[in-house]
Amino acid sequence: MLKKEIREIIEKSKKWGWVLEPDAQKIFSLSGLKTPKYAVATEAGQAISMARSIGYPVVAKIVSPAIVHKSDVKGVVVGIKDDQVLTQTLERFSKLEGFAGMLIAEMVQGAELIIGAKNDFQFGPMILIGMGGIGVEIYKDVSLRMAPLKARDADNMINGLKAKRLLTGYRGAEPINLDALKKTLLNFSRLMMDLKDVTESIDLNPVMCNAKSCIVVDARIMLKK
Amino acid sequence: MDLKYLFEPKTMAVIGVSSANDRHPANVIFAKNNNRYPVEVFAVNPKGGKLHDEEIYPRVADIPKKIDLAVIATRAELVPDVMADCIKAGVKSGIVISGGFTEGGRKDLQDRMVSMAKEASFPFIGPNCLGVYVPFKVDTFFLPIERMIKPEPGGVTFVSQSGGILVDHIIKFKEQGVGMAKAISIGNKALIKEKELLAYLVRDPATKVIAYYIEGFDEGEGRDFVLAADRSPKPVIIMKSGKTPAGNRAVSSHTASLAGDYASFSAAIAQHNILEAANESELVSFCEVLSSYTKPIEGKIGIITGSGGHGAMTVDACSLNGIKVPELSVELKAEIKKNLTENIQAIAALGNPADLTGSSIDEDFVACAKAMSASTEIDCVIVLLLPYIPGLTLDIGVKLSSVSKQFNKPFIAYVPQVEKYNMLIEGFELNGIPVAPSIEGAVLMAKALVRKKSC
Repeated sequence: MLKKEIREIIEKSKKWGWVLEPDAQKIFSLSGLKTPKYAVATEAGQAISMARSIGYPVVAKIVSPAIVHKSDVKGVVVGIKDDQVLTQTLERFSKLEGFAGMLIAEMVQGAELIIGAKNDFQFGPMILIGMGGIGVEIYKDVSLRMAPLKARDADNMINGLKAKRLLTGYRGAEPINLDALKKTLLNFSRLMMDLKDVTESIDLNPVMCNAKSCIVVDARIMLKK
Repeated sequence: MDLKYLFEPKTMAVIGVSSANDRHPANVIFAKNNNRYPVEVFAVNPKGGKLHDEEIYPRVADIPKKIDLAVIATRAELVPDVMADCIKAGVKSGIVISGGFTEGGRKDLQDRMVSMAKEASFPFIGPNCLGVYVPFKVDTFFLPIERMIKPEPGGVTFVSQSGGILVDHIIKFKEQGVGMAKAISIGNKALIKEKELLAYLVRDPATKVIAYYIEGFDEGEGRDFVLAADRSPKPVIIMKSGKTPAGNRAVSSHTASLAGDYASFSAAIAQHNILEAANESELVSFCEVLSSYTKPIEGKIGIITGSGGHGAMTVDACSLNGIKVPELSVELKAEIKKNLTENIQAIAALGNPADLTGSSIDEDFVACAKAMSASTEIDCVIVLLLPYIPGLTLDIGVKLSSVSKQFNKPFIAYVPQVEKYNMLIEGFELNGIPVAPSIEGAVLMAKALVRKKSC
């Protein structure tokens, strides 16, 4: 069953056809997925105090119902280390189409994964996990299953990745928390099943996984037309 | 809905026969069932008259007997009314051979049939199909009897969206000695689809293996089908076409682009224990081996060969398919060696593969097979049988088959397939050991056993 808050967010987003990022983050928090510390500011003083409380360096992202592809308009700035760059970024963002605020989030380190869902014509909700980063569409190292996932499916999906060794401490790297990754997949599958009647697809891209946890750093929820 | 009458009718009406044209599909169907099957057949055409000596009834209702199956082969626009007549006359099932429905822009006609059939619980197959072929029971294919290749009766039922693919595979099954329980062409699958047939076939005692040729499922029907197939106690195999997208559809997300239609199809069926056959030869191999063996294996293959090259190629094929060919323990090697004929003991290369050389005789193959079968190191034996080795006899198939049965371990044989070796091949097949026409085919058979869940 969908929580009332999630239903309200979906209702309000229908007019755009997708869910604004701060709203998407809210949905994930409510669904047991981990998100970075974040806040949304519209003016400089507010932005500075939020960034300081999250702790520099931070990432800033444009919030606008008119901009689905944020990077096309340079709407994502990572590694902001001080108030000055922060306020300059806010000033630039505020001139972009449909500006509704600037999302400020903590920087998260880890192995980059993509987790996604789509509503397949023949099979309904499908869940995908893959190695992320810019090579995702080149290497296509992904595992795919029909939702809802069972615990065994989640294990098989992770084990099915060719690059799994990169996650388990390859050449001295710190292994990621596989339990957290598994839990993320299972919670996400549950969320997709709850949203299946209203959602076309969801990209969690990237999901940053490290020794402690798996964090949904950026997401796009596309609604059914 | 009881589908039984589609496959075992005692009485049958063929609607649309022509009094003038014996090559009309309805006439072909009428003639072959009338002459060769244990079915009482009645010809129907609104014009009435005679078909040779037989009476043509104007309507189904005029036939003096209750009809189990109506085969409808009239023009598309007449079919809904004909079906209404059948329902009214208490006919128990139907097959609509005629084309010209959704595929010809007349979805309205098809929708009418579906809604009346649902309301009356009237099961029908088609339209736009060949219908069913059940050895010794019924044959609604409109193919003249002299042009059909008939498979041996056996455990495989093949359900196909395409009639042509179905007939082609009947030929291939026959070629490979794979016996069939039923062949079902479902065409537009307006009412009875893959899932309804699965439910029936799971309970059909003649069917041991259920195979499908599928172009695609309707909205959400793939999900229902795989969930049902996962519960099937019999192995389910799918061969899919239409794997490449027709055009570049705009996709709104990474996920949609990475998880295309075929990727989703393939993932969803594998997740639910359905075996996907990549092509025709896989399909035939999978069907053959799964109708011989129901017990799944872990995949520890023992290879017995008379030629080192064949052994090496089999190891490569196993490795490509992710199947283990374990090293044999010192004890097992010694056990094998002990029982070989003296001549062979000195020259055989006893690893895995066990190369018994071209000087071996039947007893060497039997001794090696026995030792491997008795051991827990091996759970499936591939025998590479080269009939030109002088010491091998025509009895090798039956001898090895009794070892396989004694130890309850699956054996798979490779024998080069030429007419000259047919008697030797039959020695295996008729005694329950599947024979592949290629090394790769033998390995694919082993793979099908590894992937199948316990039934």
